[in-house]
Order: sequence, then structure tokens, then C-alpha cells
Amino acid sequence: MENKVKRNLPDDLMTKMNLKPFESVEIGNPEVKRVAPKVQVTTGESKVVDSLEDVIKKTLKDGMTISFHHHFRNGDFAFNKVMNLIIKMGYQNLTLAPSSLTGVMNDTVIEAIKRGVITNITSSGMRGSLGDFVSHGGLENPVIFRSHGNRARSIEEGEIKIDVAFLGVPNADPAGNANGQEGDAVFGSLGYALIDAQYADKVVLLTDNIVDYPNTPASIKQTQVDYVVQVDQIGDADKIGSGATRFTKDPKELKIAQTVNQVITNSPYYKQGFSFQTGSGGAALAVTRYLRESMLKDGIKASFALGGITKPTTDLLEEGLVKKIMDVQDFDKGAAASMAQNKNQQEIDASWYADPHNKGAVVNNLDVAILSALQIDTNFNVNVMTGSDGVIRGAIGGHQDAAAAKMTIITAPLVRGRNATVVPEVETVVTPGDSIDVLVTERGIAINPRRKDLIAAFAKVPELNIVDIKELQEMAQKQVGIPKPLEYTDRVVALIQYRDGTIIDTIKQVKD
Amino acid sequence: MTYVKNRLRRTMMFVPGNNPAMVKDAGIYGADSIMLDLEDAVSLTEKDAARMLVFKAIKTVDFGGAEIVVRINGQDTPFYDQDVKAMVRAGVDVIRLPKTESAAMIKKLVADMEKAEEEYGIQKDSIGVMAAIESAKGVLNAPEIATATPLMMGLAVSGEDYTADMHTHRYPDGRELEFARNMVLQAARAADVYAFDTVFSNMNDTEGFYRETKYIYELGYDGKSLVNPRQIPMVNKVFNPTKEEIENALSVQNAIQEAKAKGSGVISMNGKMVDKPVVEKANRVIETAKASNLIDEEGNYIGE
Repeated sequence: MENKVKRNLPDDLMTKMNLKPFESVEIGNPEVKRVAPKVQVTTGESKVVDSLEDVIKKTLKDGMTISFHHHFRNGDFAFNKVMNLIIKMGYQNLTLAPSSLTGVMNDTVIEAIKRGVITNITSSGMRGSLGDFVSHGGLENPVIFRSHGNRARSIEEGEIKIDVAFLGVPNADPAGNANGQEGDAVFGSLGYALIDAQYADKVVLLTDNIVDYPNTPASIKQTQVDYVVQVDQIGDADKIGSGATRFTKDPKELKIAQTVNQVITNSPYYKQGFSFQTGSGGAALAVTRYLRESMLKDGIKASFALGGITKPTTDLLEEGLVKKIMDVQDFDKGAAASMAQNKNQQEIDASWYADPHNKGAVVNNLDVAILSALQIDTNFNVNVMTGSDGVIRGAIGGHQDAAAAKMTIITAPLVRGRNATVVPEVETVVTPGDSIDVLVTERGIAINPRRKDLIAAFAKVPELNIVDIKELQEMAQKQVGIPKPLEYTDRVVALIQYRDGTIIDTIKQVKD
Repeated sequence: MTYVKNRLRRTMMFVPGNNPAMVKDAGIYGADSIMLDLEDAVSLTEKDAARMLVFKAIKTVDFGGAEIVVRINGQDTPFYDQDVKAMVRAGVDVIRLPKTESAAMIKKLVADMEKAEEEYGIQKDSIGVMAAIESAKGVLNAPEIATATPLMMGLAVSGEDYTADMHTHRYPDGRELEFARNMVLQAARAADVYAFDTVFSNMNDTEGFYRETKYIYELGYDGKSLVNPRQIPMVNKVFNPTKEEIENALSVQNAIQEAKAKGSGVISMNGKMVDKPVVEKANRVIETAKASNLIDEEGNYIGE
């Protein structure tokens, strides 16, 4: 069957897995039913145990679903500690459902797949050796990729049923009250893990820092926690995020960032109390700096900044240019440290952030989102998942979710190396073009023809070079030529869900 | 591409001719002129590769309407002949000769270009030349260099080599360059060609860059050589005319229109006759204002 973004979906798989094709970016007002976890009643004062192995033995059975969070990113020690034991103990046929998978987890996941320990995966993304392994057919069942908002929705609605959540934290008291803000490996917001803590049948905390009861602020609460496991070291603080976020000196990134700032400040949304999400990466950080200068000059203050947060954004909070930060995760040490110091930096869970089946997620209140792309096509569809070789090397993250903003801007250079970024058709559709409004490249901006209001507003700005997206695509093609089409087998190795759980695209096994 | 003698040349951005990524993106920053370098930026082992890259780039890359200048290798090098031939054949706008010390050197360049034009069937006189003045001898001979050929586009001071030749080096206040700057500017003005100031290479000294750019703008230079695209908006800012200058220039242009409408050869404004230099200055102001988006299509002031 073909879905609304003209992607052919394999009928047998769709039927077998009871999946629906992507229809529309309009979520509407459906009535949905949420699930509740099983609770093992306990009155024990201390849930602290020394043996992780005993906890696994008590909680885990073959065929179950286990989850982790990725807030430690490449400084994560929890995942490998738990998974290596699970592999050693000989478990089989588990479903791995972390909020995302980072590079430091790759080798362990590959080993677990090879030994039949893990047979299903759902994640926001994967990169490096694991992406390569899956794209070459290493896992029998297709991986399901979900955005952060969609993961929250899937857990709430029981599509992902977490049996045991193993959650690493930099501190916890003996009863299980914990947060991400104090200790040796601080990562700030626990946003993604809060959903696991709320909905998993069994919640196991791992920490190297047991503190006095009651531990506040309690992001994860004692009401949710079954065990607290003491470990030597839970994470490497230096690898959680880039230390000091450096301002890019790349003139092309700066040019793109400056143009993004002109798009924002000339849009109808740029007024007292507007809101934005900038994300991470060189250009995004530079946008924050240019935006700061404009806000100071124009005397404009934002009501909130959303998302993955970086130090330049927490600096705006300190300066009073942003009144609140709605923080689902922190990308660097500065932003993580800031959460403990500033009460206006509000920790939010993934559901509050972006769940489409909600009584209102923050992304629905968002004015401007700035997002990146590996590829964007002439229908404004965006790929953030597969590389120019067709191999999985990315993550949906909050991409589809933040695109719910009133104005979604994609920043991308026209070409990267010898590959076009603006293409006739993306290799994998992740975020549908209907939710994208403006593309900013170094050669000009393209506006989604559906946004006649923005076309009219930006036509009056002499600095903005407005170009048809097809023209940008042709410019890119002129520079790098037309690549040979990639070759895939018929086998589906991954499914890409839209935020409402419908299937927007599939990823096929690459041919060697 | 065909050489246009008179155009806006506030910024001349140097781009190493052996760096494909930088050459490919050179056109996105809004430089008035782009100088693709085959000389100092390119090591001896990469001379041929750079020449081929620049040749292809001139034929294929979209430089966003910028003038394309190529700095070839000097006449005392084995690369000079091939550089001239390749750039003529590529159809560059302007060829820049480094280390120019005499009119004879420019005459030789023009003769070599003519030979190449003939060989490749390129229209004669379709490519301009410019001279980089990099020595005491070059500075003293600036007047004859500037008038050596009708194809002369302009003169550029090159501070690093010149100060070395003068047994000094560059200082923040630029006093060591005073004579050269004034001499080259006088020679350029007298010959009715463009004058370009030397590069300012400390990217972290924004204040110093503004100070130097403002200084050479006040002297009367047409533009500045740049090593980093981030300097382009800074130079443009200095070169932007004020609101008063723009309004005055618009009045001058109105007076010209009125004179034309009346069929009068004499342009007058507020009862005074308007001289040719005033008309030319007004045209330059309007051209700069348009390039910096300070006036709209109808000529109304829209700057802040």
C-alpha cells in the first residue's frame, strides 16, 4: 500500500503487525485510552540492594520488554552494566525499548542480538556500528523508530509495554526519590526517563550516590521505584555533553544562522512573549547568539525556550531574555548545571513535551522550531535517519514533534561533501513536508508554497533571497551531479512511525 | 564573463585556489570581488592542481554575481605562462599580477594575454588586469603602472611584502604603510582606476579592523582586501553612505533628470551648478546604497 507521502509499505508486514499507513499531520481530537502499570505493593524503607544480578533474576523473564534512557549519552555506564549481565545470564527474546541508543551502547547491543538476547528494538535512533549492523540485516525483526513524543504516546497507550525499566541516576535516596541534578555525573533533566518510571511494571534505579531520605527535588518518586541498586560509577560526566559549547567559526554555518535569525525576526511570530526551540549543533548555537542580539536591540523577550537545552539558551534565561525554559534534556554541562540553580528551568517529561495524544503538549504552544536535516526534498519531506548510502545513522529525536510549531525552519547546507542535501526525493521520509515551513540554505531560503502568509512577509525583506525549492535542488544537482540510485533488498529492516503511530516510511536492507 | 571597468568593489575576498570547499562556496557571502589565489596560498606541489581547480570553478561555479579575479604566479616563476593561458581560456574577469614593479611587467602581461586570447579564440580586451604593489620600487612606479594599459582595473597595496621590503613589519597603527597607501591611491585616482587596501589578518581584533577600514575609507580607497568572509559585512558597514549622503545623492539624480527633461546640458541644484565629480559621487553613493539594501526599488531610503 502507498501512504500519503507516496511511500510504498509492504502489505504483509503492515497486516501482520497491525499497522496503519501515515495519513496526515493533523492529529485531530481522537479519544484515546491510557494504560496503567502493575504495582507490587511495598512498604519497605530501603529498596537498596547490592546485587544487580539478583534484581534481574527477580524481575526479568524471557520475552519481556526492557527500557533505558539516554540522558548520559556517551558517558553512560548503566546500559552496558545491565545488558552485559543480562547477556551473561542467558536471557532470550527480549525487546529493547530505550529512549534512544548512543554510540557507547553499540557493541553490547550487537552482541545481544547475535546471541538471541535481543530480538526486537524500538528506539529514537541509532548510529555507527549498530546502524550499520541493522541496515545490513543483522536483526531479524524490523526496528521501530519513534520520536520522543511518539514513544511517550506508545507507552501511555500500551503499544510499548515496559516490563522492567533500568534507569541510571546521579543520585537517589534509599526509597527511590531521584533527580538528574546532583552528583558526579549530572545531566540535568530526566525528561525521557520519567515516562519509564511512571509506566513500567518494575522500576530499577542504578546510582553511585545514595543520599539521605527524603531526596528533593524528586523527579522520579519513591512511589514508582522497586529497587535501588548501588554501583561504583554510573557515568562519565565528561562524555555526557560537550564541555564548553563553542561558537562556530565556520563562515557558512554563520551565514545560515544569520539568515535563520532574519527569518525569525521578520516573521509574524517575533513579538513580545514568543517561544522557540533551537536544538544543538553549530548553526543552532549561532542562531541563539544572533537571536539574542536582535532581542536586545528590539526589546523583545521570549515567554519560553523548549527542547534539548544548551548553555547559550540558559544564558538567555539568566539574562532575562527568556522567561522560562521547558527542559526535556540538556545537551551540555552548562545547561545541566543550570537546572539546579534556576527555578525557571522547568523539567518536563516526554509526554508534556511532545506527546501528540495529549490534552496539550508544549510543542503545540511553540512558535518557532529550528531543526536540521540530512536530506530535504522538493516536497519539503525531511530525512534525519539514513545517510547517502542508505544506512541508518541518525535519530528522529524530537524532529517530528517540534515540527508541530507554528513555524518550522529546517537549516541545511545545499550540499555536504559530494552529496546533495536538497534532493528530488529523500531516501527516507521521517518528518512530512506538510509540517515544514521554511528551508534555510547558504544559497537562499525556500518557503513551503502552502505558507502564503510567510511568502508575503518575507518578500518584503531585501536581505532574504527567496528561491523555489526546486531551484535549490537543481543548484545542488549542478554542483554534485546525479548519484546512482541506492540498491536495497526487499527486506524491511526498520519502520519509521509518525508521531501518531502510523507508518510514514520503511528502511530496507542495503545490498552489498 | 566580460570585464566591466566600473562597478562596486568594496570587498575583494581572497580564496585559496587549492581549496575546493572554499572555492565552491565563495559566492555565498556577498563579496563584490572574489580573488581566487594561485600564488601565495598554494604550495609548490599544488600549483598545477590549483590551476585546474580554479579553471573548472570559473566555468561551473555560481559565484553569485561577484567579479572573479585570479591572482596568478609572478613573472619570475615557471608557473606564470600556464597561469595566464589557463585563466584567459577560462574567461576570468580580471588577472592580478603579483609583485608588480614596472609598467613593462604589465605590458608583458597584456601581450601574453593577447597571445592567449588569439590562441583560444577569446574576444580581445575582454579581460581586465590589476597590479599588486608589494615593494618600494612598485610604490615609486605606481603612476606608470596605473597607466600602463587601458585594461587596468586597479592597484592593490600588499602590506606584508611591502613592509618586509622596507625593513619593517606591520604595526597596529599602520604608520609604516602611510606613504605606500597614499602613493598608490594618488596613482590610482590620477589614472582613473580603482584602489584596494591590504588585508587585515587578525580576525580576533574586530576593533582594529574597523579602525583600519574606516581610515582607508576616509583616505578615499574603493575597497579592501579580505581573508575571511566574516569581514565582508564589516567593510560594507564602514562603506555604507549615511542617510544625508543618500538623500543628497537622490537630489543630484533628480536634478539630472530635470535637466534631461528640459533638454538642458547644465545641471543645477538649489541654484548652483553641479559638477561632474559631484554627479559621479552621487552615482557611487546610490550604487552602494542599493547594494546594501538602504534604498528600495523606487529609491526611497529604508535604512535604519
